[in-house]
Amino acid sequence: MREVYLDYAATTPVKQEVLEEMLPYFTEMYGNPSSLYTKGFEAKEALMQARSRVASLIGAKEREIFFTSGGTEADNWAVIGAAKSRKSKGNHIITSKIEHHALLHTCEFLEKEGYEVTYLDVDKDGLISLEQLKNAITDKTILISIMMANNEVGTIQPIKEIAAIAKEHGILVHTDAVQALGNIPIDVKDLCVDMLSISAHKIYGPKGVGALYIRRGLVITNLLHGGAQEYRKRSGTENLPGIVGFGKACELAEKSLESHIKKITELRDYFLSGIMSNIPDVEINGSMEHRLPGNLNLVFNYIEGEAMLLYMDLRGIYASTGSACSSASFTPSHVLQAMGVPIEKAYSSIRFTIGDFTTKEDIDYAVKEITEIVEKLRSFSPFDKDHVMETSQKCNCQA
Amino acid sequence: MSNKKMGMYNEKVMEHFTNPKNVGVIEDADAVGTYGSPVCGDMMEISLKVENDVIVDAKFRTFGCGSAIASSSVATEMIKGKTLEEALKLTNQNFVDELGGLPGPKIHCSVLAEQAIKNAIYVYAKEHGLELEGLKGFDPDSEFEHDDEEEEEEEDL
Repeated sequence: MREVYLDYAATTPVKQEVLEEMLPYFTEMYGNPSSLYTKGFEAKEALMQARSRVASLIGAKEREIFFTSGGTEADNWAVIGAAKSRKSKGNHIITSKIEHHALLHTCEFLEKEGYEVTYLDVDKDGLISLEQLKNAITDKTILISIMMANNEVGTIQPIKEIAAIAKEHGILVHTDAVQALGNIPIDVKDLCVDMLSISAHKIYGPKGVGALYIRRGLVITNLLHGGAQEYRKRSGTENLPGIVGFGKACELAEKSLESHIKKITELRDYFLSGIMSNIPDVEINGSMEHRLPGNLNLVFNYIEGEAMLLYMDLRGIYASTGSACSSASFTPSHVLQAMGVPIEKAYSSIRFTIGDFTTKEDIDYAVKEITEIVEKLRSFSPFDKDHVMETSQKCNCQA
Repeated sequence: MSNKKMGMYNEKVMEHFTNPKNVGVIEDADAVGTYGSPVCGDMMEISLKVENDVIVDAKFRTFGCGSAIASSSVATEMIKGKTLEEALKLTNQNFVDELGGLPGPKIHCSVLAEQAIKNAIYVYAKEHGLELEGLKGFDPDSEFEHDDEEEEEEEDL
């Protein structure tokens, strides 16, 4: 059976060139970069080369890249580190309602520690309002953290404008660029952000490695304590094979950024037109304008997302949903809800993300199979064009 | 479609999910019951044909996840040929057992079928002036009872 992976926002396969570059660092070049002999030096050299490649992709200096265990650690470090180091200046943080949980749950943690957090609304396209941001700023605001591109709907936020507003008030700016990296051009100097989180496994690198960009001159509190690795800012023996892979993935991403964007945008639009011309009653969540090139988030009205995912799985098509069937603990996507998508449509939403290994044939296969799947599942459904779900209805089964 | 065991569902659940029995609407149904709401993420509609207090046919349409559809299928199979009183005795646990089990957080989804069947029989009993033992104390508008265990949400960066 054909396998069509349409979940590149969840993770990506490691590219062959990346893997090959990593392999020697598991076996022959296993040295500890901190060691003072040849084996250590060659490891250190590889570490520095990777740092330089990562820095280059986002327009940073090498000394501004600090490797972490991934995007989650980078987000935690940026927000907790900035909050702690600026505590004497204030206790207010501004973020948005559609951030990744690595950010939202970190903010909730800080709220328990006495910090105050404002969660900005987003419009139907998933964009924050700069006006609302300005109004949220107080003399206690120490950090603004807004994601560069959303993982569910791909909305790209106006980070440069956000940073400019923050600078006027002397407030630190962090952005979670995990989804944006390798999918849109990023230049930290042009954006004027203070901190930026990235991850390797979203750009055809290995899992378990990411980085936090910290602007030169900015000091934030360390999250991990121990050895002097990463310029004394992030302790722990470096995950060298992972870091080398991250470096290679960044190098490849930088080389092919333009062609990558062009290719996946074309495939995404081809997929969208295939779905739209074959299946009635499909809607798009979010705007097509401010959106990552490979992202599509669609509402297949009258059918539930998990049922759809399982049927797709049986035919080798992999995608994801931000929601699952009703239960006290399964709630529909916080992102779609913040965008004002009615709950029953959030339950019917599927995210497809296209990447470097997606082909036109994959899309043709997916469109054909999804058309059949939707038809079949709709034949089981009590809803259709003439029996529309009542949006006003309250759910009495949820707490 | 093949019926392999997939992720959290066993083969029998997958069989009832991919090839559900009794999908549709009985045109001249004697009773129709619904339960759930699209806002909850699942809703079931069931129609029954009843002769001499015996359910001779049952059909369903469900908006919901894999276990909601599989439970609907197995439930309609199980009530066919049963008297109304016998059908009222069936609980969601009977459907779960017949399916060979559902994953913990999904057991809740089988309550949908139990409640929809009870609602349909309630309608039938009311229209026919029947006093059914199994309907004593039954509230057609009752809420789902939650005993789900805490589950962490899954998402990606």
